[in-house]
Amino acid sequence: MPRSTTSPVGRPVAPPAIAANTRPALAQYLLRLGDDRLVLGHRLSEWCGHAPILEEDIALANIALDLVGQAALLLDLAGATEGAARDGDALAYLREAIDFRNVLLVELPKGDFAFTIVRQFLFSVAAYYQLEGLAASAHPDLAGIAAKAVKETRYHVRHAGEWVIKLGDGTQESHGRAQSALDALWRYTGEMFLADDVDAALVGTGLVPDLGTIEPQWRAQVTDVIERATLTIPPAGYMQRGGRIGRHTEHLGIMLAEMQILQRSYPGAKW
Amino acid sequence: MADDRAAATASGTATPPDGQWPLWEVFLQPPRGAPFEHAGSVHAVDAESALQNARDVYARRGEAVNIWVVPTTAITASTPDDVGPFFDPGNDKPYRHPQFYSVPRGVRVY
Repeated sequence: MPRSTTSPVGRPVAPPAIAANTRPALAQYLLRLGDDRLVLGHRLSEWCGHAPILEEDIALANIALDLVGQAALLLDLAGATEGAARDGDALAYLREAIDFRNVLLVELPKGDFAFTIVRQFLFSVAAYYQLEGLAASAHPDLAGIAAKAVKETRYHVRHAGEWVIKLGDGTQESHGRAQSALDALWRYTGEMFLADDVDAALVGTGLVPDLGTIEPQWRAQVTDVIERATLTIPPAGYMQRGGRIGRHTEHLGIMLAEMQILQRSYPGAKW
Repeated sequence: MADDRAAATASGTATPPDGQWPLWEVFLQPPRGAPFEHAGSVHAVDAESALQNARDVYARRGEAVNIWVVPTTAITASTPDDVGPFFDPGNDKPYRHPQFYSVPRGVRVY
């Protein structure tokens, strides 16, 4: 990740005209965006060399790289907004699991191919609509990052959506696996749209879109694809939560141990 | 899906006996509108996934502004046996080349 103090477009990162009382909420919001992508990117990277066919191996690695790239930009911006002299690398490699702010959905182990694909689809559709809103943010750096990321995410939706339909409307085996994945993952989707005081502090400022407007768009697109895939959306029930305030599953710590070991063992190591 | 499969069979892209997914040839158009060039091939079960695989394998670093994918079975190719009859005769009949003829005076040569 770049350690420079300038944004990808070369302007100073310190955002202009952010009221002092909105700054902590914005830093927190950026951390959530960045952590979702860092953790999911790492989970996807676990497929490298293991995907069912060569072409899909490359596709999953591409998507992983897109997500890690987005995370690098967002965490750098989160660090600059926070103003505690932490850059994106420090945030990625030197925090404990309890300090991560990603949704639980993205930290679950990669499972089988159907699980990875269904999760990617559920996440990417939500990410797409959120980024679309963020591209119109009053914060120029955040708007710039979102405008780049929304194009990548549109492809992620297309890729995962095609696969959901193929798996769901495929063989008995692939249908069963896709439905199991959907059943297991559904209870983790609600957290993506859970607005708390961080969102409340920002929505009125024109910096971020209202999560409440994103959920119906997400639901419409997800329902359409799930139906075409001949899968069934699980009945409404309890939605898991906790990732946004640092209460994670036991899986995140194990993942971070692997992801962070180099910087933990050799602080400041570069190559 | 069943329709897709029927369509794939009709266009000659049904799963071949070797158990691999059907093969597609990939052509990329470089930026600035240059002609399409053959880039390589991918395996895929249908045209949309062939297009996505082609994008991921051959065009993820800005190599192209357009992609064509064609079922490999749809391509009729010349064989090594054709080399003689197809490609040899050109050079020993110099009158077939425009350079054989001298340009009349007064014609501007670009």
